[in-house]
Amino acid sequence: MSAETGHLAPGHAAHGHGSHDHGHVHTEGGHGSVKSYVTGFVLSVILTVIPFWLVMGNVLDNSLVTTLVILALGGVQMVVHVVYFLHMSTKSEGGWTFMALIFTITLVVIMLSGSVWVMYHMNRNMMPMSGHEMMNKMR
Amino acid sequence: MMHTDTAPPGTAAPVFFVTDEEGHHSEGSTMLGFWLYLMSDCLIFATLFATYGVLGRNYAAGPAPKDLFDLTGIAVNTAMLLFSSITYGFAMLEMDKDNQRRTQMWLAVTGLFGVAFVALEIREFVHLFHEGAPPWRSAFLSSFYTLVSTHGLHVSFGILWLVTLMVQVQKYGLVAANKRRLMCLSMFWHFLDLIWIGVFTVVYLMGVLE
Repeated sequence: MSAETGHLAPGHAAHGHGSHDHGHVHTEGGHGSVKSYVTGFVLSVILTVIPFWLVMGNVLDNSLVTTLVILALGGVQMVVHVVYFLHMSTKSEGGWTFMALIFTITLVVIMLSGSVWVMYHMNRNMMPMSGHEMMNKMR
Repeated sequence: MMHTDTAPPGTAAPVFFVTDEEGHHSEGSTMLGFWLYLMSDCLIFATLFATYGVLGRNYAAGPAPKDLFDLTGIAVNTAMLLFSSITYGFAMLEMDKDNQRRTQMWLAVTGLFGVAFVALEIREFVHLFHEGAPPWRSAFLSSFYTLVSTHGLHVSFGILWLVTLMVQVQKYGLVAANKRRLMCLSMFWHFLDLIWIGVFTVVYLMGVLE
């Protein structure tokens, strides 16, 4: 309750109270600069244009290699976004955001690779070829 | 607060909370809390990506990504989100300088890019329906629509949030509370752009590559 009213009412008093050192460090470290946003933007454009070019222009003959390359570029671009747009570092919020990020990435990797891996083998080992799979083969 | 009334007279009123901490609290840990929300949102998207990864090849003799997706349109869509990311960044920089008019201007530009993104996505879906590729056509299409429209809904609600905050800023100015809200939306917005990287790589580019 009191927290709510604290936000709505002229937040200045509460703000001035609470934001000593910590608040300052936080607001200054949190936003980045024109330079960091532009760097992030330029890197993102490059990392977006390359995969689109690879796929639309059929640059590489081998589609497996192309897949791996665009996945890698996508991964790099995600890191760029986290660093330059979300301003994540190992030190922000005393390292807790980084901890949460690592934890989430671990879960995501287990979930993604596990699901795809398990279901692929289920399909492979347990199912006789169904009608529509045969049709897909024929297409 | 009621508890203080029941405290026996004569003794110092017991302190149930530290009032000083309040302002500190709202400034310091909101960002961490919001980050944790984003991480949980990330898990939602991860399950949808996993579903798509499992079902994405089950066409049920229906259309495959190659027959459906127009990469030029997706490239334009990607550009919209990327532009909106940097314009939101500019809004945050102007907010740091307490320049309310320019903050509002950049927020408006960001919102327009967001609207363009959602409009293009709706147009794509309408096109897919006309092509005979509604969600119920195959497991591939079901998982495709679920993943992509969940992202699209996030962007739509982001726009709603953005408009709300623009009204707030117009009304109350760039006060501390509004700044904090704008910072949360900033994280939300950039996060959605990050998810979109996964979408265009895994769904569109890899789909057409098959």
